[in-house]
Amino acid sequence: MTAPSPAPASGSASASPGRRLLGHRLFWPAVILVALLLINPVFTDGFFRVELKDGHLYGSLIDIVRFGAPLILVALGMTLVIATRGIDLSVGSVVAISGALACLRISDLGDQNSAGGVLAAAGVALALSVALGAWNGLLVAGVGVQPIIATLILMVAGRGLAQLITDGQIITVNSAPYKLIGGGYWLTLPFGIVIVLAVLALTAFLTRRLALGLLIESVGGNAEASRLAGIGARGVILTVYTFCALCAGIAGLMISSNVSSADGNNAGLWIELDAILAVVIGGTPLSGGRFSLGGTVLGALIIQTLTTTIYSIGVPPETTLLFKALVVTVVCLVQSPAFRAKVFHRRRRPAGASPVAEEKVGVSA
Amino acid sequence: MFKRISALVLVGVTTLAMAGCSGSGGSGGSSDGKIVMGFAQVGAESGWRTANTKSVQESAKSAGVELKFSDAQQKQENQIKAIRSYIQQKVDVIAFSPVVESGWDTVLNEARNAKIPVILTDRAVDSQDKSLYKTFLGSDFVEEGKKAGQWLVDQYKDGTDQVNIVQLEGTTGSAPANDRKEGFEQVVSADPRFKVIASQTGDFTRAKGKEVMEAFLKANPKIDVLYAHNDDMALGAIEAIEGAGKVPGKDIKIISVDAVHDGMQALADGKISFIVECSPLLGPQLMDLAKKVVKGEQVPDRVVTEETTFTQEQAKDALPGRKY
Repeated sequence: MTAPSPAPASGSASASPGRRLLGHRLFWPAVILVALLLINPVFTDGFFRVELKDGHLYGSLIDIVRFGAPLILVALGMTLVIATRGIDLSVGSVVAISGALACLRISDLGDQNSAGGVLAAAGVALALSVALGAWNGLLVAGVGVQPIIATLILMVAGRGLAQLITDGQIITVNSAPYKLIGGGYWLTLPFGIVIVLAVLALTAFLTRRLALGLLIESVGGNAEASRLAGIGARGVILTVYTFCALCAGIAGLMISSNVSSADGNNAGLWIELDAILAVVIGGTPLSGGRFSLGGTVLGALIIQTLTTTIYSIGVPPETTLLFKALVVTVVCLVQSPAFRAKVFHRRRRPAGASPVAEEKVGVSA
Repeated sequence: MFKRISALVLVGVTTLAMAGCSGSGGSGGSSDGKIVMGFAQVGAESGWRTANTKSVQESAKSAGVELKFSDAQQKQENQIKAIRSYIQQKVDVIAFSPVVESGWDTVLNEARNAKIPVILTDRAVDSQDKSLYKTFLGSDFVEEGKKAGQWLVDQYKDGTDQVNIVQLEGTTGSAPANDRKEGFEQVVSADPRFKVIASQTGDFTRAKGKEVMEAFLKANPKIDVLYAHNDDMALGAIEAIEGAGKVPGKDIKIISVDAVHDGMQALADGKISFIVECSPLLGPQLMDLAKKVVKGEQVPDRVVTEETTFTQEQAKDALPGRKY
């Protein structure tokens, strides 16, 4: 995948390549994703076919990344927040607010197709998202409110704000430039994916090439110790919540752009839970201190693949949720090192792996 | 756990808001002779619903009824809590559109014990005990589904080929989804040429409608007809069909229910083929019923709203005068 794989903490040099692969933290998420994808061709002919239609790529796989793009974005922001041992429940509301504000501004434009007007509208929406994120960050870092409570405020109030912006209506816009963000194509690629790749690359650079990632992990590991070590923990926390809201804001633009309308009540509904799930499936622990961007991307793709699979193989609507719950349970169990250790207990360990390496593998998976 | 906490906070906020609204009226109730109505709306999931909300609010104002309004955001638990809070505030009459059909007996019993009459609007409940509510004001969804099916049968009356139908259902378990599906199937199943090859819920929203339709288009190479349980899902599906390089209304005929403004526009533009109306303007009828019920007058236990159907030609004529 496009995952910027941080140095995997896999076994020592003497471990076999297979062992090292098994121990890689992205191994199990990748296996699950491939397994889910492989269910589809059984029910749908040509599931993996990707063709060029009207000058853009077209196929089920493209759909998965296209509809998964907003979730990947939200989950990326969530990953960093969770890495500081926080959580952001307000992302769904920020999604709704950002889409609503952008659509409202565009619907007021004289010429909805003017690129400048659309950029300005998107800019205003993202600025508001950043402000909302900073508010969350202030509550958590400045006032010291527990993250789950601090962001709960905006989660509940934010939906009301979104409905206030849309006046309870669904705002329909008819703007080609706005349509591009979430529903358009650029060089045959869905534009949403281009945005995701850009944000992912930027995040990976900031956190893995610069020291920011280390600071985030240290704050998540032990905020007090980090402070004593001279790390501005408050600044770091403020930054991650702001970044998380920015990601949610972009996702909001994408979701509303995809259907050319803003729906204050339904846009991004429960996306915070999907995002948290994606982060957890990706191997970032809720206890903070470590994170895996690549894992999160895989986690989000797993969730979207599951959704698309349900539509394609024709699971009856009445059993959809049960089916999802079962798959997610299995996924989480397979992901759990403790569970794997129990189930595969009797398997012989390769002679080369030292106990130390073994332990490291367990922790990082 | 998040859900529970969020629900709790929601209730807290709603209660606060309500307390604010009724501040002038003291303990609620009809101290100044005004009828107080508690209305628990489903949410604002579609253009139809917002038109419905507006109609209720406006006609309450003009009928001199004090309206306490709550939005359940499509969650049954929110709606039950809203109804309980109306009971505690001792309103004169409770009206609500149930999010889903089942699971209302307990809270309706509480209302009956408190001697507060209940009027169902737009959606029914599947309680065996009909005395739990005074009347049900709303559309006949089964009839709507039948109208949709009948149009389809008429369209294809001369052909011999199989007609592949995909269906975008409403919120799973909701009355309009169940009944529109049932009515449609009753008519269509008489002829074996009609085959529903895929059916999935689109939650009455555009985003879901588009997403599900994308998957349908990939999984089923030959789709002749789309039957969507509301306009918003059809509008989302139109985008998916266009993205697949097909022409909505021509390559794939689209039947939908509701007739909201955007849907009528798409119908006039030839993208939707046929719309069965489901009028959201229940407000005036609801206020009349509420006054009668509060006075203790007898009302029929089923009141059907007047509705019609639209073809593409009729939509062009009707569009300029549409209120929603």
